Amino acid sequence: MDLLDNLALGLETAFQFENLLYCLLGVVLGTAVGVLPGIGPTATIAMLLPITFSLEPVAALIMLAGIYYGAQYGGSTTAILINLPGESSAAVTAIDGHEMARQGRAGPALAAAALGSFVAGTVATVVLAVFAPPLARAALQFGPAEYFSLVVLGLIASIALARGSTLKALAMIALGVLLGTVGQDIYTGTPRFTFGARELYGGLDFVSVAVGVFGVAEILRNLENEKTRTAMVRRIANLWPSREDLRRIVAPVLRGTGLGSLLGVLPGGGHVLASFASYAVEKRVAREPERFGHGAIEGVAGPESANNAAAQTSFIPLLTLGLPAHPVMALMIGAFIVQGITPGPNVINEQPALFWGLIASMWIGNLLLVMLNLPLIGLWVRMLQIPYQWLFPAIVVFAAIGTFSLDLNAFDVYAVAVFGVLGYVLIKCGCEPAPLLLGFVLGPLLEEHLRRALIISRGDATVFLTRPISATLLALAVVALVVAVLPTIRRKREEVFVEDD
Amino acid sequence: MTNLRKPAVRLFAAVAAVSLVAACAEDGDTASGGGADYPDQNITFVVPFSAGGPTDTVTRLIAEPMSEELGAQIVVQNVEGAGGTVGSGEVAGADPDGYTVLMHHIGMSTAPALYADLGFDPMADFEMIGLVTEVPMTIVARADFEPETLEDLIDHVSENADSVTLANAGIGAASHLCGLLFQDALGVSLQEVPYEGTGPALTDLVGGQVDFMCDQTTNTSGQISAGEVKAYAVTTPERVESLPELPTTAEAGLPELEVAVWHGLYVPAGTPDEVVQQLSDALVVALADQGVIDQLADLGTAPVPAEDATPEAHRAKLEEQIETWGEIIADAGVEQS
Repeated sequence: MDLLDNLALGLETAFQFENLLYCLLGVVLGTAVGVLPGIGPTATIAMLLPITFSLEPVAALIMLAGIYYGAQYGGSTTAILINLPGESSAAVTAIDGHEMARQGRAGPALAAAALGSFVAGTVATVVLAVFAPPLARAALQFGPAEYFSLVVLGLIASIALARGSTLKALAMIALGVLLGTVGQDIYTGTPRFTFGARELYGGLDFVSVAVGVFGVAEILRNLENEKTRTAMVRRIANLWPSREDLRRIVAPVLRGTGLGSLLGVLPGGGHVLASFASYAVEKRVAREPERFGHGAIEGVAGPESANNAAAQTSFIPLLTLGLPAHPVMALMIGAFIVQGITPGPNVINEQPALFWGLIASMWIGNLLLVMLNLPLIGLWVRMLQIPYQWLFPAIVVFAAIGTFSLDLNAFDVYAVAVFGVLGYVLIKCGCEPAPLLLGFVLGPLLEEHLRRALIISRGDATVFLTRPISATLLALAVVALVVAVLPTIRRKREEVFVEDD
Repeated sequence: MTNLRKPAVRLFAAVAAVSLVAACAEDGDTASGGGADYPDQNITFVVPFSAGGPTDTVTRLIAEPMSEELGAQIVVQNVEGAGGTVGSGEVAGADPDGYTVLMHHIGMSTAPALYADLGFDPMADFEMIGLVTEVPMTIVARADFEPETLEDLIDHVSENADSVTLANAGIGAASHLCGLLFQDALGVSLQEVPYEGTGPALTDLVGGQVDFMCDQTTNTSGQISAGEVKAYAVTTPERVESLPELPTTAEAGLPELEVAVWHGLYVPAGTPDEVVQQLSDALVVALADQGVIDQLADLGTAPVPAEDATPEAHRAKLEEQIETWGEIIADAGVEQS
């Protein structure tokens, strides 16, 4: 069979000593980049691109890919330990992951993230090998109207991210969307809400907002409570997930993997939605949804799997069509070109060793990542036993460095402070930062696709309803909204579940 | 956003966790100016467009041999936004010490006509280093678009001017300018669909969401040879070696449409002459590099002749182009933003 021959060729290529070495280098760098807030994979790959000139094309691409999915792995660590999500996907992990850490269960949370990511990575590699061309074709059916409807669905579903009031969650989403409109208009370049500050032309920085409303606000909240000031966690319950934990994460990991694999293929924002969508789904199908937000291990395992699977399958449009799904993939196109390979649909036929070698290396890379990360858990967890009066200044400094290194711009650090205070005020008002962050990430996508769909349809808004995929997504959004805002339905539902138990 | 040496520091941060110390040390050093011992630190090449795009690719290709020639590491930094004017504005305001270099394309000559409040003057605020390459453009359409030849396309577009969609990679992007020329040549006004960069625009073209666009061979060659998009013509007087089947616009019946995306290197005005000369010499060497020639050929383009990779030729080109495009854009009635 062709596929087996191809995979054999891929494994042969990926197992060459040099390629293994660069794979390891890539995932180690990626993990480091993921753990440090503020330094993203885009920046790292952009910087390392010139260094890869001298490498063989396969080795160069294997390393760059390793940095990318390695960063998705590492990103969850700081989110869980100190509530500092460095990337949009890790913001979801922080909700329940950090809650688990506060309860002394950082070990199981980290292990669930690593194991879930490994399973997701393995499955997604197979998906990539078997279904890449048809999936890429299917993804092309998504035009601006479909993306708009998908983002609407994502925003509505994100109400599930909130533990408390639906109304407050909606308000937070709206606030997030508004914050996302700051900066130059994407179609005309007109500055909006910049108040003359050049620093705001490029919009607010995700890391500043995330580190502020999550990390700094969390510190402020901890400091007002005298009891938690000695150490973040005095007692570590257990380092490894219990049998019960493992049983709980099986289904979320599989669902997250499926969801992430599908969403990752969509160019233009699908991968951003993966972890949010997985969290929303897990909370919906959970027997006790009220555990979410209070340290549910499913809320860590599902999104982490989804996020890693999406990272992997976002290579599909690139490898099969030569089209980038997001900025990191655009950089990979640059990497192809400097290696003298024209990215496009011909790569698979003209460079089979490269194509299949890269795919096989992803599975090997995932294996290396899990081998690398599991032994580190003990080390990470011990960090939480540092007395809080030592830990919190370290976190603040760490966050400030990370944010500053993003653009070497003091403005971004001030923004962290502003959003930290805002986050604290929101916590005091019973509003939660996760929906705000999602609105902030998805708001610009919502606007971009809405406007483009209307430009193409010449102002005809029915286009969202006449295109079948778009109409289906909007219908799902309406259902999600009805389920979420009708408190009577919701209360009844919860009663049913309570009786069940 | 204002400091341009960040990638150097980011590298420190990524490789070692001692980022703050490194950042301070690095940043402190870079305050010194150019001079006899130029270059004694990393040089930043600012690309005012997204990473992985055509301009970015050309920059990275020549940065490697230029870095060898100059004996200093060159760091490529992408400062996107507003048709390249954000990155250009940043370089215009940077220290004129030769450590901040801008790579820009034809968009430098159209910015004054497109933006009311540009914040810099292309002729006065920069020293030119030299031209780099002129990238041909291709007129491409979704694979199932009805017209088969450029003449068909002209007829189809003229008859269906209110339903055809023309994609571009954003206001001021090369694809936008080529689209303006096309509409100007046909005397029609089409619905333009702007994207954030060539990548997403090409994705929607391959997916059949938009009808056609005009973009550089650097980005369309792969999809053209694989048949993912339909190609009508190349916008240069000569055919392109990597796409020998593709007729020129003149051959296919639209001689008025002739455009190539010329790229050039700039430093802030006030940069010492010797530094400008050193950079220009390094550019000439890079453009003679066989690897660069081969890789550019794969992308359907070639380095400019050595006499054009000079400050004088570059300045003359820019001056002439600002005038030409000023008229075209004014005629097209594009709104200033």
